[in-house]
Amino acid sequence: MNEAGSAEHGHDHPKHELSHYAKRIYAIRDLLIEKGVISEKDIQCQVEYQEARSPANGAKLVARAWVDTDFKGRLIADPKSSCAEMGIDATAINEFVVLENTEQVRHMVVCTLCSCYPRPILGRPPDWYKSFNYRQRAVVDPRGVMREFGLNLPDDVEVRVHDSTADIRYLVLPLRPKGTESWSEADLAKLVTRDSMIGVMDPLDTIPEIAPNTSTRNSPQLSFVVRGMCPLR
Amino acid sequence: MPRGHHDIGGLPGAGPIDQSEHSLSDWEILADAVNQALGAKGVKRTDEMRRAREEIDSAAYRDMTYYERWIASIEAILIEKKILTKEEIDRKLADFETKWGEP
Amino acid sequence: MGRAVNSPGKFKPGDRVTVKFEDRPGHLRTPWYIRGKSGWIERVHGDFRNPESLAFGRDGLPKKTLYLVAFNQSDVWGKRAAPKDKVLVDIYEHWLESSTQERSETHE
Repeated sequence: MNEAGSAEHGHDHPKHELSHYAKRIYAIRDLLIEKGVISEKDIQCQVEYQEARSPANGAKLVARAWVDTDFKGRLIADPKSSCAEMGIDATAINEFVVLENTEQVRHMVVCTLCSCYPRPILGRPPDWYKSFNYRQRAVVDPRGVMREFGLNLPDDVEVRVHDSTADIRYLVLPLRPKGTESWSEADLAKLVTRDSMIGVMDPLDTIPEIAPNTSTRNSPQLSFVVRGMCPLR
Repeated sequence: MPRGHHDIGGLPGAGPIDQSEHSLSDWEILADAVNQALGAKGVKRTDEMRRAREEIDSAAYRDMTYYERWIASIEAILIEKKILTKEEIDRKLADFETKWGEP
Repeated sequence: MGRAVNSPGKFKPGDRVTVKFEDRPGHLRTPWYIRGKSGWIERVHGDFRNPESLAFGRDGLPKKTLYLVAFNQSDVWGKRAAPKDKVLVDIYEHWLESSTQERSETHE
């Protein structure tokens, strides 16, 4: 049985300082395990599943679509099968739609009602995607939002904002930057930021010093899982 | 029936998008994993969680953080389905708080 | 827009539709800002269990047809929107009715 009072990881607050609901999840977790509703292993599996998902998956798909026109066709026609081709498990998505950006059209995705997001591909959504300001503004002022992310579009480009209200999960296929015709797939993937696959910005046009999608944010050390509390590790 | 407090697309008064991000705390990762595990086991559906979140009092909805809202919804659904009771969660939490105490 | 479904649903791509202005209790996934607005069917997503029923522990059957409905931003928000821009929302069939209007009346 896990002890909720184990040693804390550096960036965490001591548990007695947590907010009301933050504390309650530890109690809920222990009770659910005691009652056999879910197991320690079930929780561990979900943590690992989530950690394996990051924008790097999406960047792989995009880079392949940029270099291989046939793959791009397959990706748009049947995204889940195309993910499987690339070793990406998209089976948890009920219905998956890829939105192709062009010189004339840019897409942007929001969930105004909550925070629906293609988690099985991209991992957890960024805080800003879940924020009230984004959820309120994206449908009415997408160009203003894009400007904040550095994307200024002329009026003759069509902006299409998708409000993800049901079981469809959307991924933007960003426009390939000019001048990258001879680039390798690996280098192209470094231009594909998470935010360009949500649609608030275009991809980068030069490889950054620190490649995007390599953040360890999705892989923190977890005091309740890694430090010997989980019998599987 | 007034507009749901979660139904905010197009509402005026929103400010700039705060692009800063925070590393998830352990409790947030745990909330996420418990939620997913309950779904994978068929104990509850995402639609039930959304509905529970919409039923949170509107002032509390705006004040709570994202994962706090998830935890409140998890608790509400588990109590609604008679899997746990509020009293036993309170008791378990009281035990923990005794252990956690002050450093 | 990728594969769509050959569905026996009521609407097909290109059909002009208006979102009903329903105002009932429950778990509704049609956002307030789009109710009463008119647009057109962009894609037929297929049939899914009804979230309004799933949200209360029921089985969500019979499945309902889900559509991608496109709207001119100017029809939803008024003249200040960029003329080419669109907002697209996934909406269930029971929220939609045929529209013969070219443009909806704006609410705000």
